[in-house]
Amino acid sequence: MKNFDVAVIGAGVIGCAVARELSRYRLTIGVLEKELDVACGNSSRNTGMLHAGFTYKPGSLKAECAVEGNQEFDQVAEELDVPFKRTGKLVVGFTEHDRENILKFKAIGEKNGVRGMRMVTKEEIRSIDEHAGGEFAMYVPDSGILDPMQYTIALAENAAKNGAEFLFGRKVTAIDRREDDYLIRTETGEEIRARWVINCAGMYAPEISEMLGYPCYPTKGFKGEYFVLDKKAGKYLGIPVYPAPNDKGGFMTHATPTVDGNVLVGPDSYVTEDREDYSVTKDHLDGLIEDGRKMFDHMESQYFIRNFAGIRWKRYDPQTGEILDFLLEADEAHPRTVNLVGIESPGITCALPLARRAVAKLVERENPAPNEAFDPRRPGIRRFSEMTAEEKKEAIAADPEYGEVVCRCESVTRAEIRQAIHNPLGVHTVTGIKNRTRATMGRCQGGYCETRITRMIEEELGIAPEDVRYSREGGYMFTGKVRDDR
Amino acid sequence: MREIDAVIIGGGPAGLSAAVRLWEKGVRNLLILEREHELGGILRQCIHDGFGLTRFGETLSGPEYAQRFIDLVEEYQIPYVTDATVIDITEDKKVTAACRDGLLEIQAKAVILTMGCRERTRGAIRIPGDRPAGVYTAGVAQAYINLQNRMVGREVVILGSGDIGMIMARRLTLEGAHVIGVFEVQPYASGLPRNILQCLDDYGIPLHLSHTVTEIRGRERLESVVISQVDERMNPIPGTEKEYPCDTLILSVGLIPENELSLSAGVQLDSRSKGAVVDEHHQTTVPGIFAAGNVLQVHDLVDFVSAEAEELADSAAAYLRDGELAECRLAVVTDGNVTHTIPQKISGTSDFKLSLRVRRPIKNCRIRLVQGGETVCERKMAKAIPAEMIQIPVKAARLKKGEDLEVKVEW
Repeated sequence: MKNFDVAVIGAGVIGCAVARELSRYRLTIGVLEKELDVACGNSSRNTGMLHAGFTYKPGSLKAECAVEGNQEFDQVAEELDVPFKRTGKLVVGFTEHDRENILKFKAIGEKNGVRGMRMVTKEEIRSIDEHAGGEFAMYVPDSGILDPMQYTIALAENAAKNGAEFLFGRKVTAIDRREDDYLIRTETGEEIRARWVINCAGMYAPEISEMLGYPCYPTKGFKGEYFVLDKKAGKYLGIPVYPAPNDKGGFMTHATPTVDGNVLVGPDSYVTEDREDYSVTKDHLDGLIEDGRKMFDHMESQYFIRNFAGIRWKRYDPQTGEILDFLLEADEAHPRTVNLVGIESPGITCALPLARRAVAKLVERENPAPNEAFDPRRPGIRRFSEMTAEEKKEAIAADPEYGEVVCRCESVTRAEIRQAIHNPLGVHTVTGIKNRTRATMGRCQGGYCETRITRMIEEELGIAPEDVRYSREGGYMFTGKVRDDR
Repeated sequence: MREIDAVIIGGGPAGLSAAVRLWEKGVRNLLILEREHELGGILRQCIHDGFGLTRFGETLSGPEYAQRFIDLVEEYQIPYVTDATVIDITEDKKVTAACRDGLLEIQAKAVILTMGCRERTRGAIRIPGDRPAGVYTAGVAQAYINLQNRMVGREVVILGSGDIGMIMARRLTLEGAHVIGVFEVQPYASGLPRNILQCLDDYGIPLHLSHTVTEIRGRERLESVVISQVDERMNPIPGTEKEYPCDTLILSVGLIPENELSLSAGVQLDSRSKGAVVDEHHQTTVPGIFAAGNVLQVHDLVDFVSAEAEELADSAAAYLRDGELAECRLAVVTDGNVTHTIPQKISGTSDFKLSLRVRRPIKNCRIRLVQGGETVCERKMAKAIPAEMIQIPVKAARLKKGEDLEVKVEW
């Protein structure tokens, strides 16, 4: 039976950040994840904004952690070798009502400690980004863009490098509190012991909360759909341009550049009951095309390469309907637990600050010895497409597989795919390889490279064709061979 | 940096045909760059027959068709490099390819673009629903089955009646899968009539016109698709939804010329054909850069790809010899019944072959080429269909030098 000092439930961005911060101490750490990779839920299903923190109620955990997370991110990105651009953001308005709403949020932002926000004129907007619309705008220099998938992978790999163990395909079904530890049961019948349990289960956090003896806090799902646009559209958008927030502080559909040069248009927002309904629907896609065109003048079908959806599971007060702050709790009635519920946007920005606060609960009580071997740095896979000609030559000389281009659209080489297949977390789904390399993410969507990637997965890991998974346990790629090998 | 007269980007049917003809025209300093381990391009996975009827008067499989040209490449000892992916072409014709030996950097006098095409994907046509495993484009499924010996599924729905989709309907049936049907959003098939007959009718596979997939269901592996009838504007008709349980959805919803490298070289594209704008020499808007085959316009028969590439080679050989080609100032303009033409520009002083497709099936029509109100050339057709490319040879003697050429379809 596996036995850990700390079990982290959920390998989304919060669970991975918690694991990484825990690995600064001499503790045995197990991260239990029901899917086959990190960030399979809403951690990767969002816009990838590093929020500055001007829309959250002053004094709230959201506000505090967003500002803290934003301001430290240059260092974090460098340590974890993840793509990140501090692009700034324009919140544009057209009417006096827009101006009032924007100024309201400017005041909130200033109270929260957001740096450098200023109102700019139409002319200044154009000098910041010639394609941005609006009569006036608030410019927020600290906002940035990152790749939430790469970031979560990096946190997890760094945690793994510093000793944390990742257990995939482990859906937690029951937790028994015992004298000195907890007995965690999974759907597969496995039992895992842990002295501490930290609930980072995202949308399933209320259920885990209940298993730990805390209330099953009510949450509500706000689903949003997105378009991913071709990099060819990326040259028309250098900075996230958001419309003025509505009276409740929400943003309508917006256009955001990604760190890779694509453009995301979305999300819209509607209530959903279904925890994992990530399907996209015709009505909402049609709506995004219409609304997206108001914010981005190149919302054209020739640039459409993919759609996806994400759901923000917000904690709310059933009496008033009010959306509540992130919840982070730990008390003597529930010894050796930390409960994180209702973590949604801006969860990516807040991940490390929240993780430090969660880990502090354990440290306060146990004062564990520091992990002297802890290394905050995690190198990413070097991308051929980002190298200069000279660097490419050197990379190929050192590893000839850097000269074999597997994914033509994104210029991903066999060397990168091979490194991704042998990733430190042991993930080997097709989407796992895609998310680590960008292979299949271009305009042909794997038309050329997917067959090569599945073959490499089989060859590098020595697995049978029927064991290759697309992204989830039941998502087999092949029913087998066409004919037996002769 | 190596200096080469003609660099051919891609060793598929177009590239092979161009190389062979260039050699026969006396061009010796040439090089084929191929990203795969072997020459042959997409034909390597097209193990069905039907290739070469026009050109060789016999029916060949894809690999057999390719082999005829590969044999000539070997016989002439035309230089080629495989496992080499071109990553950049500049406007002044510097070509960079990546291979295991490093970066291959070449200064070319002429660049021959023969990169072929790619398949349109689910994202491009925005099919709503979940994102399970089991959704494949037809070409990917074909590569898995024919090249990698991997079976993609058992209970299959095919969306789109493109040629590869229909060929895969037959292929999957032959390998023991059950093909529920081929569903086509348009009121007519988009592939060739012979494939409807030989791949669907002969196997009892139904073809449902004016139908499309309106939802994909299944969170891990595909579980079912919802199919709806569409109206004349191709919008799904509410109330006609029908759910088909299946584990595999094959998409055969169109091909798009693969022109990323052309764009890096500054070549102007035609938004209608999605390929380069070319003149009657198959020369793009960048002098010395030529294009033919599926990278220029999607063909239905490989025989025409070879022919087009050979015409290109004749012009490229002349370009290498003379340093320039006759200027083409006259535009080929079309009416709304034609999707696009190749070429888009002509000189008015040479013979050329006009390729075009009609936008929808038209019976008993005539295609009229007009200059300054006068008919230059006319072709009567009992039936013109989008699936079949129409090629019309035009004689210089009939052409005027100062007028654009209008293409009209009348009935």
